[in-house]
Amino acid sequence: MKHLDEEELVLYYYRDGDGIDEAARHLAACSDCRNRLNALSQDLEQVSLPEAPERPAEYGSQVWDRIRAELPDRPPRRSWWAAPPRWALVGAMAVLIVAAFVLGRFSRPPQQLGPPVTANQQNRERVLLVAVGDHLDRSQMLLVELAHASGAEGDIDISSERQHALDLAAANRLYRSTALQVGDKKMAGVLDELERVLLEIGHQPSRISAEDLQQIQDRIQSQGILFKVRVVRGKVRDQAAGPQRTRSSKGEGRT
Amino acid sequence: MEMDDAAAVTRVRAGEKDCFRVLVERHSHDVFRLAFRMMGNEQDAEEVVQDTFLRAYRSLDRFQSRSSFGTWLYRIAANRCYDLLDQRKSRPEPQPQTDPEAPPLEHQIPSDRPSPERNLLSQEIGMRVQSGIDRLTPSERTAFVLRHFEGRSIEEIAETLKIGLGATKNSIHRAVQKLRQELEPLRATR
Repeated sequence: MKHLDEEELVLYYYRDGDGIDEAARHLAACSDCRNRLNALSQDLEQVSLPEAPERPAEYGSQVWDRIRAELPDRPPRRSWWAAPPRWALVGAMAVLIVAAFVLGRFSRPPQQLGPPVTANQQNRERVLLVAVGDHLDRSQMLLVELAHASGAEGDIDISSERQHALDLAAANRLYRSTALQVGDKKMAGVLDELERVLLEIGHQPSRISAEDLQQIQDRIQSQGILFKVRVVRGKVRDQAAGPQRTRSSKGEGRT
Repeated sequence: MEMDDAAAVTRVRAGEKDCFRVLVERHSHDVFRLAFRMMGNEQDAEEVVQDTFLRAYRSLDRFQSRSSFGTWLYRIAANRCYDLLDQRKSRPEPQPQTDPEAPPLEHQIPSDRPSPERNLLSQEIGMRVQSGIDRLTPSERTAFVLRHFEGRSIEEIAETLKIGLGATKNSIHRAVQKLRQELEPLRATR
């Protein structure tokens, strides 16, 4: 008899998944799995969090008062981040940062390549990490926006997203090539996948049907690209914060 | 007659900015409750509430009136929480506040468990749960809070986080494992 593993027990506890009936039949016949389910249930029943503090009845009005001044008179037809001049500037900055990084890395005389990592090199690498992190943040925002977009009646205008995707794809190409040059194959792989999705969005017509939008959303979902971008972005952030963390943990160790 | 969500959205889109107030007043409490559970403190929860409504307003042209405004807003809020958790995960992890030299808790609590000890045990469980929740990665925490506390289905969570069903189940399972590890030392006392 094949026992239920913990993941199946968790699914059963929450009544999720397709195998509920089969799991129920197994549990009826297997006291071992029943005991493990009971232990799991006991643990999960303990898992509670403090209730959210009460908010006054006029809380909604308070929130409104806080945000009202920040709202434009009309909801924008396109996202605030999609203004082309801003993205042209970001693209140009990406080019400069990557160029500086690559030049700095590869143009030094051979005798200077020997010593271990210098402060300058570390700084350059951190600048690159911050820039890549920023690029991943922006790419993620675009993907989340598109993934949550709903097809209104008739065609949907995605001209700003399209342009934004092309700008990001151009910057992405540079980051991917830099990642390959420094031998970070994992990063290069995710950037490669991201680039394909960005280009697919960028090559859509300005107005698309709800079905086309659905296809883009399916592509984003099926490839798990959003998840991969989030994972890589987390790693990049950790790397960028690395030296500071090390210093602070050393400091804590001394006290 | 009170304006429903769909009517409010239509009027905001038509340029009546102040109709957005109806939506803010109607949904603020729910967004705050979700944000507080996800973030674990009032300050971050308030930030999420504010950001969620600002983002919703700015992307209102993407909202499809046939679907529920509340559900759409809920997803924006959950994603905003995820992003904030992700941004803040580089902060040092809180360490469990236990005295390493103290005897194990099961030895501290008598078996008949009179009321003060029960209270102590509840407090300890609460601290360990919080510590376990703080140890979760942003995706584990988001998926677990949405499943365990908010009662959302695997499909809804996957849709909200835009990840696959398998990844969602994995995140929840890993979260459960970590929380059970935290609670393990107390198992004998319960």
